[in-house]
Amino acid sequence: MRTIRFLLQKEFRQIFRNKAILALIMVMPIIQLIILPLAADYEIKNINLSVVDHDHSPYSRHLISTITASGYFRLQGYHSSMREAYDLIEQDKSDLALEIPSGFERNLIRQQVDKQQLFIAVNAINGTKAGLGGAYLSSIIRDYNQHIRMEWITPARIQPIPTIEVVPSNRFNPLLKYQFFMVPGILAILLTMVGGFLSALNIVKEKEIGTIEQINVTPIKKHHFILGKLIPFWVLGNVVFTLGLLVSWLIYGIFPQGNILAMYGFIWVFLLAVLGFGLLISTYTDTQQQAMFIMFFFMMIFILMGGLFTSIDSMPAWAKVVSRLNPVSYLVEVMRMIILKGSGWSDILPHLGTMLGFAAALNGWAIWNYRKTS
Amino acid sequence: MNPQEPVIKTEKLTKRFGDFIAVNEITFEVYKGEIFGFLGANGAGKTTAMRMLCGLSTPSAGHATIAGFDIYRQTEQIKRNIGYMSQKFSLYEDLTVLENIRFFGGIYGLGDRQLKSKSQELIERLGLQAEAKKLVGELPLGWKQKLAFSVSVLHEPSIVFLDEPTGGVDPVTRRQFWALIYEAASNGITVFVTTHYMDEAEYCNRISIMVDGSIEALGTPKQLKSQMNETSMDGVFYQLARGAKRGE
Repeated sequence: MRTIRFLLQKEFRQIFRNKAILALIMVMPIIQLIILPLAADYEIKNINLSVVDHDHSPYSRHLISTITASGYFRLQGYHSSMREAYDLIEQDKSDLALEIPSGFERNLIRQQVDKQQLFIAVNAINGTKAGLGGAYLSSIIRDYNQHIRMEWITPARIQPIPTIEVVPSNRFNPLLKYQFFMVPGILAILLTMVGGFLSALNIVKEKEIGTIEQINVTPIKKHHFILGKLIPFWVLGNVVFTLGLLVSWLIYGIFPQGNILAMYGFIWVFLLAVLGFGLLISTYTDTQQQAMFIMFFFMMIFILMGGLFTSIDSMPAWAKVVSRLNPVSYLVEVMRMIILKGSGWSDILPHLGTMLGFAAALNGWAIWNYRKTS
Repeated sequence: MNPQEPVIKTEKLTKRFGDFIAVNEITFEVYKGEIFGFLGANGAGKTTAMRMLCGLSTPSAGHATIAGFDIYRQTEQIKRNIGYMSQKFSLYEDLTVLENIRFFGGIYGLGDRQLKSKSQELIERLGLQAEAKKLVGELPLGWKQKLAFSVSVLHEPSIVFLDEPTGGVDPVTRRQFWALIYEAASNGITVFVTTHYMDEAEYCNRISIMVDGSIEALGTPKQLKSQMNETSMDGVFYQLARGAKRGE
């Protein structure tokens, strides 16, 4: 215990003496939580729309103004031919082109022709933008269509057509605010980054400057040394997490609905696992550069396959298996469960068990692979 | 000094890295309280041999005991009984002089009272009173080396291993450094030191000269000089090292 006390004293002194790192650790979570959720927005806005109106009628103009008034579209301009509109799409100046055929108003209103065709061309380089943009536009046109029918067909003359209307109730996030979905996830990523990188680089740094040699000729026990490295970063991780939680509460009004103690309990075990992973990498590498690259490789996988940006449920079977081996996926899930769903101990117990397994395996491996004698 | 009591005893100690034989069957003894100079050209295998003796590297073949402990099975007991100062400066530059002393003393298991009195004593002996609370990184090299040596013998080991401790240090500071070595030896600490300075070799009780992984000469400086018909250690070293095939 005495040895650990000396190790901790040393590590904390070094951390607090390195002002740049310390500032980064404290400022990073705050800045990222303020900026990222605002930018990483799933909603598609500012879709550039080109219009080719062959009709030039009050109805076509009305349709266009309905579309632009929706707020999702930005009118790029009117064009005389579809060719011109295509050119703009090719130049990436426009995302969508809408073609209104000549005789639109006449056919629609005067002659009440059954079928009316509007043509939409979509720039599908950004698939999400194209898909959602096309869908928004279709739905606006459908509403417009409904509106016209109401205007022209007297309700008394025919029986109302029975329609099925679906009314969804959004549980856990009634306003469908994407921040509620993103913020807990970003918090999870931050924690992973801070813990993983700090621990991975720490032992390797001692290897680079040669101080590890001086440690290795002392009778220090391996697990004491590893614990001396784990504990300071574990404490730091908790500070970062608490800061992040405060930021999300103050800025986004997101306050954990579930058991906060259960959340911290899970965070404590998660931090052990991710720090153990960092230490494991540092036992296999000799330079900070190597450690950094390897950690980055895993971070990309952890983050992209952690269920933060894309749903794990919709991944192919093999990817689902990989994501089950990814500690971050459990964290993202637990964070959302506790913060949004209001879960407690009993709900996260399976996750906690798995995470304990990760922590034990990774740290055990790190201690086993740390060689005082080569 | 009791010349009959070996504290380091090696027998055909060998280290191979793949096909390369870094250290080839070296056999020698070092006695208690001795200052043993371990000489050799660059790349002769001195550091590798020393790392094996310190328990930092496992030998490929041969036997050795350090302070009575086996080099294969009892590395942790060996570590309790030795001090080591590596070629690379290896105190923490972002800790102060006092913090380094207390940290290394602490992990060797010194008690609080001992730590306090020993660090006080050490700082006074090195004349570092004004620098005690300065970061080690801010000290000049010579001072750092003296500090590193003092830290490596803080826990009163029976042997201290010094790997080129005076490399890059000015002559005055080297003289002072050797005064520290003599002081440690007079306190019964065996000193095992590598160096490239032949004047320092003259300060040693006995020296060995390694060439291409093997020990080619072993004895007191006087013996070696008369054996090889040379008037200076420089000449002895040059005669032996000239035949070396390795080196940088």
